[in-house]
Amino acid sequence: MELLYGHPKSLKPIQTKYCPGCGHGVIHRLIAEVIDELGIQGKAIITNPVGCSIWADLYFDFDSVQPPHGRTPAASTGIKRMLPDHLVVCYQGDGDLAAIGTAEIIHAANRGEKFTTIFVNNAIYGMTGGQMAPTTLIGQKATTAPYGRDPIDAGMGYPIQVCELLATLGGTKYLARGAVNNAVNVKKTKQYIKKAFEAQLRGEGFTMVEILSQCPTNWGMQPKESVEWLEQNMIPFYKLGEIKNTLDGEAQK
Amino acid sequence: MAEEKRLMKGNDAIGEAAIRAGCTAYFGYPITPQNELTAYMAKNMIDNKRTFIQAESEVAAINMVYGAAATGARAMTSSSSPGISLKQEGISYACGADLPLVVVNVMRSGPGLGGIVPSQADYFQSTRGGGHGDYYHFVLAPKSVQEAADLTYEAFDLADEWRMPAMVLADGLIGQMMEGVVLPEKRDLSKLPKKPWAVGHQGELKRPINHVTSINLVPQELEATVKARFERYAKIKASLQRFEELNIDKSDLVLVAYGTASRIALGALELAKADGINVGLLRPITLWPYPEKRVSELAQQGKRFLVVEMSMGQMVEDVRLAVNGRAQIDFYGRTGGMIPTEDEVYAEIRRILKK
Repeated sequence: MELLYGHPKSLKPIQTKYCPGCGHGVIHRLIAEVIDELGIQGKAIITNPVGCSIWADLYFDFDSVQPPHGRTPAASTGIKRMLPDHLVVCYQGDGDLAAIGTAEIIHAANRGEKFTTIFVNNAIYGMTGGQMAPTTLIGQKATTAPYGRDPIDAGMGYPIQVCELLATLGGTKYLARGAVNNAVNVKKTKQYIKKAFEAQLRGEGFTMVEILSQCPTNWGMQPKESVEWLEQNMIPFYKLGEIKNTLDGEAQK
Repeated sequence: MAEEKRLMKGNDAIGEAAIRAGCTAYFGYPITPQNELTAYMAKNMIDNKRTFIQAESEVAAINMVYGAAATGARAMTSSSSPGISLKQEGISYACGADLPLVVVNVMRSGPGLGGIVPSQADYFQSTRGGGHGDYYHFVLAPKSVQEAADLTYEAFDLADEWRMPAMVLADGLIGQMMEGVVLPEKRDLSKLPKKPWAVGHQGELKRPINHVTSINLVPQELEATVKARFERYAKIKASLQRFEELNIDKSDLVLVAYGTASRIALGALELAKADGINVGLLRPITLWPYPEKRVSELAQQGKRFLVVEMSMGQMVEDVRLAVNGRAQIDFYGRTGGMIPTEDEVYAEIRRILKK
């Protein structure tokens, strides 16, 4: 009998520590499914960031390296340069990538490092308990923005659109933005991840999939409410789709 | 067959020795007075088909080393004092993840931006675990271009054998000076130590998955890990304290100095000898582990000490710890990039000995 749907091999059969409604679990599964489909579990390495997804190494059934906060793209650079035939997944949250690690992501992307960043954007700091992130929306409340993010009077700056920011860099080949708030978006996100991983394995330049994800705990919502909030507030500002696609392998298809 | 002696700048010799030791990945960021080393690696790593990246910062460079070292590669970075401060985060993580890697510090004067001339004011930072947490790593202090090459070469072996970072602590004088050097032989990469804990090729090797990480939120487990690491440190301290000494037996006063300062101390020793005054010289080669056993023995024998440093007095604290109140200790140092002269040190010797 043919198995049509099952637990991915690349993901350990254990329950995650993530909160109910959190997007990390779904995103982990998508990564694992694509790795299984590409048959590259034995040659996959993930760098897990400081943040909630520091637990990623508990769940993925392949090698992992855990660097300091924000330095994930620098460590992934070192790994991928040493093991160019491996699949290197640089997993980052919005604090890791767009605040403390801004220099590292911009320069790794600009050098065209041949790993794939999975950028989980939930517009908040999760692990430390709901502080304002670089991607927190204007007006959105956080423990460090108790009256909401105010870019002008309070000088809190504006939410950063990372795909659009990186799109100007010569080294970036594929930048897509998906979401995991509903089944349709989950499916599209998986396609983006697959395209990025395939491009990495062909040795094309820097690839990244940004994924809008729910954080019901730190948004102060029920999971059901949080997927609606994402749809109504995040997607209008963070446009879904392929923001940049200059893949050579794609053009030949 | 032994290599011919050649004239090389310290920074270049460190680079060539690293390549010969089997360094396959170098990541650096410009800073004076070590720029020749980064430039040497830029050309020669590429010519040897190895990896060179000019990183966007010292922070990125040490974390590229962290990633490369996690795959089992011999990886290295170099910098000078302010840049080494930036690398401390990565060094702490490497110590916490038991990663072997090599860091070269060609010291300049501080604090802050300070100046670009030689100094030894990073002794505390280097030997006390300059980042956060309970840890140590090797610190090797060359006195010459030859020793800079030899200790860099050996640093890779020590790092691999003991699974921890090894730092070569030179200064602007060692880095910039040209001297004769006989380079060590080029290592066959296929014969370097195997690293079963490294990431990569997991499917092919059919081994359990590996995690390179320093996190552990269970205090009992983390304490056990740190304690196990300290047992390793104790073994290193018991077997690897290295030093060179001269004219000790005949002398009541022993000069203690490392690196560039030891060359000046040697000059002062010779000035004294010419006047019929005997002083000894103890030159620590490993600053961690510090040669505390030898210092302690000498204190027990009734020697007194004059510590000479290019700082306001940092290594002198390790001498005090080893002496533990049993001997008189004097200190002479210059700082800010000022280098003590042989005459100054000799005057201090005469003052102490009342001669």
